[in-house]
Amino acid sequence: MKAFMRLILAITLFLSFTHVEAAETLNGAGATFPYPVYGAWAYDYNRITGVKLNYQSIGSGGGIRQITERTVDFGASDAPLKTEQLQKDKLLQFPAVIGGVVPVVNIAGVKAGEMKLDPGALCKIYLGEIKYWDDNKIKTLNPKMNLPHSEITVIHRSDGSGTTAIFTEYLSGVCPDWKTKVGAGTSVKWPVGIGGKGNEGVANYTQRTASSVGYVEFAYAKQNKLAHILMKNQAGNFVEPSFESFEDAADTGDFDPKKDFHLWLTNAPGKNSWPIAGATFILLAKEKTSSNNNVVKFFDWAFKNGDNKAKELVYVPLPKSLKEKIRSYWKTNGLQ
Amino acid sequence: MATASKKNPFDLIFSSITAISSFSVILIVIGIIYVLVSESSLAIGKFGVIKFLTSIDWDPVKESFGALTNIYGTVITTFLSLIMAIPVAIGIAIFVTEISPNFLKGPIGAAIELLAAVPSIIYGMWGLFTLSPIMSNYIEPALKKITAGIPLVEILFRGTPMGIDILTASVILSIMIIPFTASISRDSFNLTPAVVKESAYALGATKWEVVKNVVIPYSKLGVFGGIVLSLGRALGETMAVAFVLGNNHRITTSLLDAAATITVTLANEFTEADKDIYLSSLFYLALVLFVMSFIILAIAKFFLLKAERRYSR
Repeated sequence: MKAFMRLILAITLFLSFTHVEAAETLNGAGATFPYPVYGAWAYDYNRITGVKLNYQSIGSGGGIRQITERTVDFGASDAPLKTEQLQKDKLLQFPAVIGGVVPVVNIAGVKAGEMKLDPGALCKIYLGEIKYWDDNKIKTLNPKMNLPHSEITVIHRSDGSGTTAIFTEYLSGVCPDWKTKVGAGTSVKWPVGIGGKGNEGVANYTQRTASSVGYVEFAYAKQNKLAHILMKNQAGNFVEPSFESFEDAADTGDFDPKKDFHLWLTNAPGKNSWPIAGATFILLAKEKTSSNNNVVKFFDWAFKNGDNKAKELVYVPLPKSLKEKIRSYWKTNGLQ
Repeated sequence: MATASKKNPFDLIFSSITAISSFSVILIVIGIIYVLVSESSLAIGKFGVIKFLTSIDWDPVKESFGALTNIYGTVITTFLSLIMAIPVAIGIAIFVTEISPNFLKGPIGAAIELLAAVPSIIYGMWGLFTLSPIMSNYIEPALKKITAGIPLVEILFRGTPMGIDILTASVILSIMIIPFTASISRDSFNLTPAVVKESAYALGATKWEVVKNVVIPYSKLGVFGGIVLSLGRALGETMAVAFVLGNNHRITTSLLDAAATITVTLANEFTEADKDIYLSSLFYLALVLFVMSFIILAIAKFFLLKAERRYSR
């Protein structure tokens, strides 16, 4: 009896070893923003090819750190790295999907897509210089609206995040005051306002607090049916946040493969571009050619087949022209 | 050392295993201190000790960090939650041991244990979705109205009640730490010899007098031990407070303002700390909290030992 049990144990151990070698796993880590779409793509990819993708959403900072230390196959970051830093750490970089930031308001009687703001007004609101909704600067943009004389409660993020990075990068770009007083980053010293944890926190507070303004990822604004505003873009038009306006921003954005696609998509020059858009990026270690080929295969599949899934989850897929640029970038760097 | 090792090998194995376990705990603590110090060495080098502890700056963009706002938030929320929790917890213990009918003792005891078993993130979510709106819509405006006009107290309730502030965080914290003081106090109160209580009753003392003059002085040490446990828990509590404190780095006198504690800052900013000095400053903060907890708990232990010695004379 004992010998029989030992035999069973040996066979089980042997089989478990071979089983482990058969399944292929790609490991990635980084930004929390694209986690839902990477997870959805990974699930479909696994069903078709059997390759597993394991993604840990530990934040952009963590993603950059892990790929620099080569503990993962790819890193993901909402903030693009400059070519000098990529060369120093021997990394490759390309964008995967587009998202963006939508300022939302909670004002009595104001519906979604009604209120218009321009960069100057938004900047002054977040600096605490415009304190009431019926301030002249807001009134001139919205002459037909009945704006109440109530104090604006500014809501921002309490935690570090790529969403904040995109939003503050935009404000720094359009507002010299903001650039000198606060600056841009995943976490900044907010002059005024209360901090909510995560996009959910900001959405929750904005919904609960009367006479408030906050900023959330496009997906959250859409899913929570928050009252978004119309922003004036660089071309001078007031645009609504939508798939089309985000795609327009991505199209007219100057993604340069020679600069490793380093680009903040904020303040895109297109006629109908949403001014606060941003891409999220994938980082690869140059020397890991075999795992890079597998990662590139995954993203190539996702670019070909994952658009609908991305749109379902309210992410904006890359425009065709950008996908082609990325494919030639891969070829130039010896991948695929 | 074991001299019976030759006779009984199991004794040797047993004593080595327990020795290894104890030493490994010490090693782990030393390991934690080592990691904290080595990772924060960059920030210690840049900011020094005094400047970091007294600076109210927390600017990730300009890379200027200071711990004072976080220390202030930690101390205020802990202190406030203790003030709210201790009377309630001791009251629960008194009720369960002296006043309640026998059939209630079981359920109340179970309810307290359940409170302690609730994960802290559930407290945080409950605080965000349930308590915070109640605070901002009913309790905080009421407090503002009551204290309007009273000169010093009024300062504590200045500002628009948003529900995301020191007061809400302290309330959640106090609910979390009640079970520790309550169950330990209850056990200490039960240890009062019946003889002493009965003698007091025989002398004509009322129930309240017995509790005040016999039970509580007798079990002072146990109650204090429970309070120290609650204090330790409140100092380190993260997720319950992270959602409702707002993480605003500033020193404020109003309880209706958002603030930041060390643990909340760490939880909110750790994953996205992209610069080395930023990460190092967060480790420095963690080291500060470690030292703070150590000092406070050492002081409490010191008082406990002194009181114990006085009693055993």
